[in-house]
Amino acid sequence: MTAAETLAGPVNPGSWQYRQLNARAPGLSYLSDALSALVEDGHPVMAGTADLQYSNGLARFAARYPDRFIQFGISEQNMVSAAAGIATTGMTPFVATFASFLGLLCCEQIRMDVAYSALPVRLIGHHAGIALGFYGTSHHATEDLAIMRSIAGLTVVNPADGPQLAAAIKASADHPEPIYFRIGRGQEPNVYDDLPDFRFGKAIEHETGTDLTIIACGTMVHPSREAVRALRASGLSVGLIDMHTIKPLDREAVLAAAERSRIILTVEEHNILGGLGGAVAEVMAEAGTKAVLIRHGIRDEYSLIAPPTHLYRHYQLDAAGIETVVHDILS
Amino acid sequence: MPTTAIAGPAPDPMGAGRTPTPEILAPEILAPETIAHLEERARHVRLETIRLIAIAKVGHYSSTFSCAELFATLYYDAMRLRHGEPRWPDRDRFLMGKGHAAVGLYPLLADWGFFPKELLDGYTRLGNPLGDHPDMTKVPGVDFSSGSIGHALSAGLGMVMGGRMMGRRFDVYVMLGDGEMQEGQVWEAAMAAAHQKAGNLIAIVDRNGYQLDGQVDEVMGIEPLADKWRAFGWEVHEVDGHDVAALATLFRRLKQDKTRRKPACVIARTLKGKGVGYMEREAGWHLGYLAPEDEAAAIAEIMGQPASPAIAQKDAAQGDAR
Repeated sequence: MTAAETLAGPVNPGSWQYRQLNARAPGLSYLSDALSALVEDGHPVMAGTADLQYSNGLARFAARYPDRFIQFGISEQNMVSAAAGIATTGMTPFVATFASFLGLLCCEQIRMDVAYSALPVRLIGHHAGIALGFYGTSHHATEDLAIMRSIAGLTVVNPADGPQLAAAIKASADHPEPIYFRIGRGQEPNVYDDLPDFRFGKAIEHETGTDLTIIACGTMVHPSREAVRALRASGLSVGLIDMHTIKPLDREAVLAAAERSRIILTVEEHNILGGLGGAVAEVMAEAGTKAVLIRHGIRDEYSLIAPPTHLYRHYQLDAAGIETVVHDILS
Repeated sequence: MPTTAIAGPAPDPMGAGRTPTPEILAPEILAPETIAHLEERARHVRLETIRLIAIAKVGHYSSTFSCAELFATLYYDAMRLRHGEPRWPDRDRFLMGKGHAAVGLYPLLADWGFFPKELLDGYTRLGNPLGDHPDMTKVPGVDFSSGSIGHALSAGLGMVMGGRMMGRRFDVYVMLGDGEMQEGQVWEAAMAAAHQKAGNLIAIVDRNGYQLDGQVDEVMGIEPLADKWRAFGWEVHEVDGHDVAALATLFRRLKQDKTRRKPACVIARTLKGKGVGYMEREAGWHLGYLAPEDEAAAIAEIMGQPASPAIAQKDAAQGDAR
C-alpha cells in the first residue's frame, strides 16, 4: 500500500461547501495554507479531521495533498490516539475538530497518548468558546483552556486571528512539545498582518497604561483592541496585552503590567475559572502584586444560545461591552 | 506473607460462548528445535514474571501467563527486530492494550538488548523505569505506553498510517485483552483500520475469558467475537494461544502475505494462569502475590516437575503493593 492509496475521503473542490470555504470562514483558510507551507518547506506534516473538513477548511489542504490527509469520520478519540501513533513514525500530525469535542471528549487520549508520551502532535480545537452560538452547549467549549492547561507537557496557544495562527503553525515546526491550538470560527476580523512575529510563551504588548491593562487572548484580542482605542481616546490610560500562549504563560509580561497598572483585566471567551484569568491570577497572587485582578469572560455558567454576535453583545465580550466593563471598573 | 489473590468469581477458565475452530494450520512445517526454542522462551516469560512480581509483591501473574506463548512467538519468530536497536525505524511494532501483562514483556526486551538486564532486578522500585504498565518514555523497546484500556488499536493504526506516509513498511501487532473488547474506541479503530485497508495491522485478542470483575461473558458479553471482527471488515483467525507451532505458522503466513488489504484479527484461545494449575483453576488470580512455598511450587510446575499439593490457599489479605 502506498501513501497515494491512503483514503483521504471525498473532497470535491467543485462542491458548494468547498466553494463557500473562503467566504464563510476566511480566518480558517490560514490553517490549510500554513500546513501547505510546511509541506512545501519539506516538513513531514499531515492533517486529519473527524468529519469536519468543511468546518475547519482542511478540505483545502486535503484537495492539495490527499496523501497527507486522513479523514477519520466521526471518531475523535480514535483520531487523537492514532495521531499519537502517527507521531511515533516521524510524521507530525495536525488533527482538528470542534474544541468542545477535542478538549472534553478526547481529554484522556490527549493526556496519555499525546502529552504524557511527549509526542509532537498538534491538536487544533476550532470554533472554541461560544462561537457555535445556537448549536448549543454541546458545541460550546468554555472549559478547554482550563483542562488543557492542567495537562503537563502540553503547550497551549490561543491565537488572535488567522495570521497569528499561521505564524504559530510556522513556529511549531521546531517545537518539540505537543501543542493545543485553540482557534475561533474564522470569521473574526484580523488583528495582524500576514505572518506577524510569533514566539511561544512571548506575549505581545499592544499598548501600555497606568489605569488598567487588559490581558486578552484569542478572539477577544480584536474587540479588546477596539475598546482600548476608544478608552484611550477618552483620556484613560489603558494598556493591552495579547497573551496568545496560555502555557507557558509569559509571567514577565503579567508582572510588568501589574507593576505599571492599578488594575489587570483578563478577557477571554472561556469560563473565568481556570483559563487565562486563572493563569494570570496564579502569577499575580504568587508574586503578591499591588495591582488588582478582575476576570471577564463566561461567569461559570452555560452560555445562552443565540447567533454568536448576539452572545458576544449579551456577555459584554464585544468591543462596546469590554469598553463598558472597563468604564464600570474605573468609575 | 501468605499467598493472596484479590477476589474473583467461580472459575471457568475457558469462558462461555467459545466454539472450537477447525485447525487450519500446518505446524509440521516448523522445525522441532524452533518449537522447543519458543516453548523455552514462553517458560522464561513465566519464570521471570514470578521473579519480578516477587520484587513488587503484587502483580498480574495469570494475565501474563495467558499470553506467554504469544510474547515468545512474536518476539522470537514473527517480528522483525534488530538486537540493541529499539528505535530502528523499520522494526515491527508491538503494542499492548492489556498493558498489565508488561511484566512478561520486559525480560524479552532486555534479552533483545534494548536495556540492561540489571534493570529487571529493580522492577517497580523507586527510580526504576519498569512498572506494572509499559511506558514508552521510560523503557526502550516499548513501542507505545498503555494503561488506559482501549487506546492501543488506534495508536497501532496511526503507526500503520504514519509508516505509509513515511514510505516505510513494517507490521504492527496490537495485543488486546478480551475484556478490552468492551471499550468503544476499539471499534472506532477497527472500523477505521478496515476502511484504510491496513493490511499490515494485526490485532491479537488474548481470549482468556476473564476480566477483573469476573468472566468476560458474564460481566459484559462480547460474543460472537469473530463475527464482530469480520463484520468490521477484518480477516479473522482463531487459534490455540498456547500452541507455539500454530501461532508461529499463523504469524509467518500473515507476514508473508504482502498483498493483504484487510487487517487481521487473531483470536487466541488461552487459559488465564496457563502453566500453573491452581491459577488456571482459580479465577481470583487476576492480581495476586505468591508466598515463597507457593512460588517454589509454581516454578516447579512451569519447569515440568510435579507440583506440591499443599499450595495456594486463597487468603483474604491484600498483597503488599505499598
